[in-house]
Amino acid sequence: MRGLAAAIGMLVAFTGSARAQLFDKSEFFGSGLGKDTLNGAAPYGNPIADNRVYIHGYFDQLEGRLGDGQYLRWDGQAWIGNDYNKVWLKSEGRYNPGNRGRMEDGDHELLYDRPIDQYFDVQAGVRVDLDSSRTRTWAALGLQGLAIGFWNVEATVYASDTGHYALRTNASYDLYLTQRLILQPQFETNWYTKEDRARGVGAGLSDIDMGLRLRYDFTRKLAPYIGVAYQRWFGGTEGLRREERQKINDVRFLVGLRTWF
Amino acid sequence: MNTFAPLQRRRFIKGAAALGAGAALGVPAVASAAVQSGVGSMPVLRGNHFDLRLDRIQVNKSGTPTWANAINGIVPGPVLNWREGDVVTINVTNNLPEMTGLHWHGIILPNDMDGVPGLEFPGIMPGETFTYRFPVLQSGTYWYHSHMGYQEQKGVYSALVIDPAGTPLVQAERDYVVVLSDWMDDSPLVVQNNLKHESDYYNYNRRTVGTFFDDVSQSGLKATAKDRWQWANMRMDPSGIQEPTGPVFTYLMNGKRADENWTGLFRPGERVRLRFINTSAQSTYDVSIPGLTMNVVHVHGNDVTPVPVDQFRINVAETYDVIVQPRDENAYTIFAQNMTRSGHSRGTLAPRPGMQAPVPPYDAAPLRNMADMGMTMMPGQVAASTPDRTRIGGIMPMGVSAAQKERRTGFQEKLDLPPVTKDLKPGVEAQYVLDHSFDRLDLPGDGLNHLMGQRRILTYADLRSVNPGVHEGEPTREIVLTLTGNMGRFIWGFNGKKFSEVGPIDVTLGERFRLRFVNSTMMTHPIHLHGMWMELENGQGDHRPYLHTISVQPAANVSVLVTPVATGQWPLHCHFLYHFEAGMFRTLRVLPKVV
Repeated sequence: MRGLAAAIGMLVAFTGSARAQLFDKSEFFGSGLGKDTLNGAAPYGNPIADNRVYIHGYFDQLEGRLGDGQYLRWDGQAWIGNDYNKVWLKSEGRYNPGNRGRMEDGDHELLYDRPIDQYFDVQAGVRVDLDSSRTRTWAALGLQGLAIGFWNVEATVYASDTGHYALRTNASYDLYLTQRLILQPQFETNWYTKEDRARGVGAGLSDIDMGLRLRYDFTRKLAPYIGVAYQRWFGGTEGLRREERQKINDVRFLVGLRTWF
Repeated sequence: MNTFAPLQRRRFIKGAAALGAGAALGVPAVASAAVQSGVGSMPVLRGNHFDLRLDRIQVNKSGTPTWANAINGIVPGPVLNWREGDVVTINVTNNLPEMTGLHWHGIILPNDMDGVPGLEFPGIMPGETFTYRFPVLQSGTYWYHSHMGYQEQKGVYSALVIDPAGTPLVQAERDYVVVLSDWMDDSPLVVQNNLKHESDYYNYNRRTVGTFFDDVSQSGLKATAKDRWQWANMRMDPSGIQEPTGPVFTYLMNGKRADENWTGLFRPGERVRLRFINTSAQSTYDVSIPGLTMNVVHVHGNDVTPVPVDQFRINVAETYDVIVQPRDENAYTIFAQNMTRSGHSRGTLAPRPGMQAPVPPYDAAPLRNMADMGMTMMPGQVAASTPDRTRIGGIMPMGVSAAQKERRTGFQEKLDLPPVTKDLKPGVEAQYVLDHSFDRLDLPGDGLNHLMGQRRILTYADLRSVNPGVHEGEPTREIVLTLTGNMGRFIWGFNGKKFSEVGPIDVTLGERFRLRFVNSTMMTHPIHLHGMWMELENGQGDHRPYLHTISVQPAANVSVLVTPVATGQWPLHCHFLYHFEAGMFRTLRVLPKVV
């Protein structure tokens, strides 16, 4: 024990002197910047507010997917926070007024968000599958950001308390045809490790949902669009849908509004 | 007041030098009886005792009525006309619903008179009156504005003209302030909020599919694809050179829209002094008066050897005084196009009210290029312009000479990166760290560089102070500030840190040091230092220009010499409102000398 205490003492002394050296060095040779202190720097409070809390909410998709069995589809996010600490809310799902108001694919997430580099944020929190099917709860851990080539990407892994794991990815790109006319390809995938019959998903790649949307930015915050969406179910999920005599391929035209505040 | 003595000596010995420069200008040394000082259509308050009142009022600047913060009921506020050697007393009554503080931009004064709430000044609370009182130790063209939050954007700014104690060096029969500003109907906080979520929200000059094919037809698929790949890799758009821009701003000249056409009158043959002051929150302008040569005679409040130019770039918070001498009965347009070419302000010089001249077309909109990002450029790359059918930011066609290429790309003498910059790593607050920095003092900046052969355009290298500097001696140390930021996240700072994350920079009263700025962002930031001059090291020796705000181009490596003349905490910050409120702000703590 005594040896350990001595070692700790030496370590403290060493780091202490190292720090003092660093400080002295910066005083005379370095940038001249004070170290780690705002002491006395702003006696009456800060002259600027660079840690302000901002808030935004936006719908990337808020659209009617038309045709036989048409439904409303939404995919929205909201965040509140400063540069380093944000609370992030995500919600997506389908509302089918024709089918007795049935809600499907409800995926709602509450996440803590922290930037880790120039372009990417880490997000962690909970996901609740809340819709007309059985409710499921997951822990969520993901990455969201701007990938090379200006692709907006998201990838989140989920773990449920019953030992199920899932992965969801989403990517989209804004191609500026003109300053206000924008073509956006978008591509989402869902993966599950185990079958969950109550929610109609099988193991493996479950489904993809891709879209091509042409929007017009009347303002950046108000952009109506038209487009086409394609959905395809795979593997176990495909099998379950076949049992239920549901489509495994679905192409639909859509009209929607991209909006945010 | 001892601390101010050296400054007084330098600034205001004007005798022989004054006559010399006067002769160079062709200006008689005797003041004309007709001299007007700091007038125009803007109301002027003269004397040494002032009562200013800040109120929230309704205005109609853009065509839509909205709220403003007014000084004495007007936007811009009244022009203040002081006299060198006076002690001025200014009572500022705050009727705004929030704290305020008026800052006297470029004025050498005691720290607690500087007007920055939070530092050595508690701010003026709603309903309170604060009395500023300090000696006026300098003369020239300056301005004043609120240094609290976003109040300046909504109207708290105007010109400050200080008459010299002796005979003015610059003689003119007419004397007008030309206050450039960017009015916004929206709430600035909403704009900042938008930028935090989508930093290119206001950019309607992006690269599109169309510009891709234009560049392909001009420069070939390979070069174009490579260029696009480089930008995509950095996740930046070379057209994003200033935010916000025209869609949200109404550009004003002396508080008037372009269509309202502020007019200054002259009689043919008269020398007209125009005191350009960029009081904008976030807008840089390229100023020209087609048909007239502008003699730049006074910069940032200090007389300079006259430079005849056709155009000059004025960044936020800068002031440039020019002399023009229209000799006929024609009208002349004073044209200030925004650097992004997304709008302009305009006024007229005319022998009679109601006359006007054509408004010139915009110059081609600049795009950034790889040299701006601190890279060395491969042959065939980037940043050409329209005159010879090449596009700005397009890729250079075959057959462009090396010299032309250099000018167009703004590629200048390569300087070693200082250690502070080399040690920086890209991260949340530094989108990239440049590989090379350049001496760009003899370039006016992107969008103008390629026009240098066709027009006379002012550069920082042209500025030569009439009076030699007072502070002798070599600096004893160098303080490096790398300008950093993350465009996408809209976080700005120095050395990869925003204000709230680091302490002040400590210096000692009277100490002579060098400040070096290295710009590792793609914006041209106007860096302002309060309470002391920055002597720009631009090769003019003892006649270095004294500046209060340095416009630092992308990838530029520029140094100034500083000798603090008063103790206290002095802000050093980018004067783009939305940048300094996002963290591009430091304080220079001037400590007393240890005896």
